[in-house]
Amino acid sequence: MTVATSFRYAVNVTPKPGILDPQGRAVEGSLGHLGIEGVRDVRVGRRVELTVDAADEATARAIVERMAGELLSNPLIEAYAIEALGATSSTLSEATA
Amino acid sequence: MSVRIGIVLFPGSNRDIDARNAIEVAGAEPVMLWHEEANLSGVAGVLLPGGFAYGDYLRAGVIARFSPVMRAVSAFAADGGLVLGICNGFQVLAEAGLVPGALLRNRSLRFVCRQVTIAPERLDSPFTKLVGERRALRLPVAHGEGCYYADEATLDGLERDGQVLFRYVRPDGDVAPPGDPANPNGSVRGIAGVTNAAGTVAGLMPHPETAVEAILGSDDGLAIIRSFVASAAERAGSGRLVEVGGR
Repeated sequence: MTVATSFRYAVNVTPKPGILDPQGRAVEGSLGHLGIEGVRDVRVGRRVELTVDAADEATARAIVERMAGELLSNPLIEAYAIEALGATSSTLSEATA
Repeated sequence: MSVRIGIVLFPGSNRDIDARNAIEVAGAEPVMLWHEEANLSGVAGVLLPGGFAYGDYLRAGVIARFSPVMRAVSAFAADGGLVLGICNGFQVLAEAGLVPGALLRNRSLRFVCRQVTIAPERLDSPFTKLVGERRALRLPVAHGEGCYYADEATLDGLERDGQVLFRYVRPDGDVAPPGDPANPNGSVRGIAGVTNAAGTVAGLMPHPETAVEAILGSDDGLAIIRSFVASAAERAGSGRLVEVGGR
């Protein structure tokens, strides 16, 4: 019997170290208006959450890796990290965290 | 018969009419190419116009990169075909890896829309050969993500191999580094335009296609468009000779 499983991921895309991040700088620059001190190195990135239907976790992760490297991030300027958010099966009700 | 230049139309392109006008002013025939068509209709050169292709979602140019027409443009470029990307078209070329580097959000975080001055770094390229001499060209820019970036090793390589095509310059003609008011977006080493290694694919942020008639404020862009058209015509002409000779 084939068990279709849904794997949930988050892909966190951030500017690579050393890449100018004017958004991060703008956020940092606004902190004075909030009376917040001592915060530095603010970097603004992007988080993409998605669900992959696949036979197993390795297959699902390979798809997310390809997406993250080819579409969601530009490897010249951005790094990404994949975060597993859990899985749900359509035939089994158990979910793994 | 005038040379046919393809102008790619993505959903969100908005400088396609200007591009069409510029190609006509330069004496060529514009051919509109829809983004879902993986066929370039035998054009002699391809122009990727400005705008906000696919809404610039995710990153400017990245969704457009995967469109059917870009597969055809990549194959055309790999075959030595001339491709000129302007503004959003430059962003698409950079995302597609057809020209080196990336376009980051403007250092100021502001959308810049004004006249700038650039100078050609090379006068022997297919895109500048009719400019004549190194001189200041007044062209408009209109973009939020035009800050050219590549790592230091890549930049050194681009300069060594003559792949820097245009730089932003100050009124005195000196290159405008990041932070200089004459550099509109913070581009590293004042780079406004680059080419691929073969010199046949070029991208630039300023808009030569909207500066082709004096009544528009400047006709300094016409030399760039004319260079591109003439170079494409030469390439098409040599191809046709072979074809005719074979009959």
